[in-house]
Amino acid sequence: MKKGGFLGVTAAVFRKDTSSEIRTRYALNALFLFTVTTLSIILFSFQSSTVPVQVHAGLLWVLIFFAAMSGLSRTFITEEDRGTILLLKLSTISTPVYYGKLLFNVLLLIALTAILTVLYAMVLPGFIVLSVPTLCISLFLGTVGLASASTIIGALIAKANARGTLYPVLSFPIVLPLLLTVIRATTIAMEQEGWDAAMDEYRVLISYILAINAASYLVFEYIWKD
Amino acid sequence: MTLVQLTASGLRKDFNRRPVFSDISFQLRPGQTLAVAGRNGSGKSTLLKIVASLLSPTAGTVTLTVGGNEVPARWMFRHIGMVAPYLHLYEEFTALENLSLIDRIRGAAHTAAEYEKLLAMVSLERRKHDVVRTFSSGMKQRLKYALAWMERPGLLLLDEPRTNLDADGISMVRSLFEEQRRDGIVIVATNEEDDAVMCDDTIEISAPRRGGMPPPAGEGS
Repeated sequence: MKKGGFLGVTAAVFRKDTSSEIRTRYALNALFLFTVTTLSIILFSFQSSTVPVQVHAGLLWVLIFFAAMSGLSRTFITEEDRGTILLLKLSTISTPVYYGKLLFNVLLLIALTAILTVLYAMVLPGFIVLSVPTLCISLFLGTVGLASASTIIGALIAKANARGTLYPVLSFPIVLPLLLTVIRATTIAMEQEGWDAAMDEYRVLISYILAINAASYLVFEYIWKD
Repeated sequence: MTLVQLTASGLRKDFNRRPVFSDISFQLRPGQTLAVAGRNGSGKSTLLKIVASLLSPTAGTVTLTVGGNEVPARWMFRHIGMVAPYLHLYEEFTALENLSLIDRIRGAAHTAAEYEKLLAMVSLERRKHDVVRTFSSGMKQRLKYALAWMERPGLLLLDEPRTNLDADGISMVRSLFEEQRRDGIVIVATNEEDDAVMCDDTIEISAPRRGGMPPPAGEGS
């Protein structure tokens, strides 16, 4: 890009989305309500039970996955619903729009994951972590992978009619390898000490992030055009 | 403003195998204006979207050249300003914020004084700090003109340019139209006779019969 540069335009799209979200709270309200509701249900269900480590890891990622599904698709859907996508198309090329929205989704999901994990640890005392660095690395890589997949799927389904059901249905097979790996990494964080105990899982997660972003880069141009 | 030349040849568009229009060709040089007329649903807006590279044609090509060099389709937006009823603004932002946000997304950096001048041109200077959600439809239409005019585009596409505008607004559109036709290109999709007569030429589009053949003369227009 000649004028503002790729990074400048990407930052402008990110700033627009952030300001818009702060004013409209399209995604924030959905994420907040989902978090409060699901955490309350889990708290009441497991109040006095001893829950195995694997179940804790699975539950935490079920929470993060569905929270992501309820909020992250909105970046593209709101543009499409409000008819502002044409204004964007008349203003820039596809790539900075995609990366601006991806950055917004990644940061939103990182913040949500941090809050969810802290709340989860507070309400469920059985959630004991032996390696905090392993947990942090796993949460970070899992969140970036989930936000990457959610962003491109959100862009795809923004064009469809039955979005509500289509989004989790389409997402599930795409994020399944990510979820299985990150649940395993989170379990390792709860069972073993040392940040490098889940090295194999980190490699899989990094490969997933690279693969989904490469595929998104190639696919988004076609989604953007028509 | 960059001087552009526009060539459309053999344009055809089908939606779900239903032909909307076919075999539309025209060539426009700086200073030329074209009206696109036709019944509701004849494909006027679709044609404008194809020219703006917002939609792909089923067949045919649109070529925009600057100084004899063809502009790739993905970069054509740099030379295009568009005002249309289906083009919507960010209603949670103010008029001024809409201009500055879109300006930054375009990769440009106009000054605050330039934004003020644009808003004054469309008579919105007193409402510049109001969120667009509180605007009337006519005021939103005026703001769309300010956005389209911000980069002084070589090609100005106007779809139903008078929509929701009062007498002052229509006068403003006429001034912009005359300013643009000095060294730029204007294409107007309209059903208004007054808009069409301002243009140098008019193309009437009508739906071809299934199979791609155009209807007999006199039918559908």
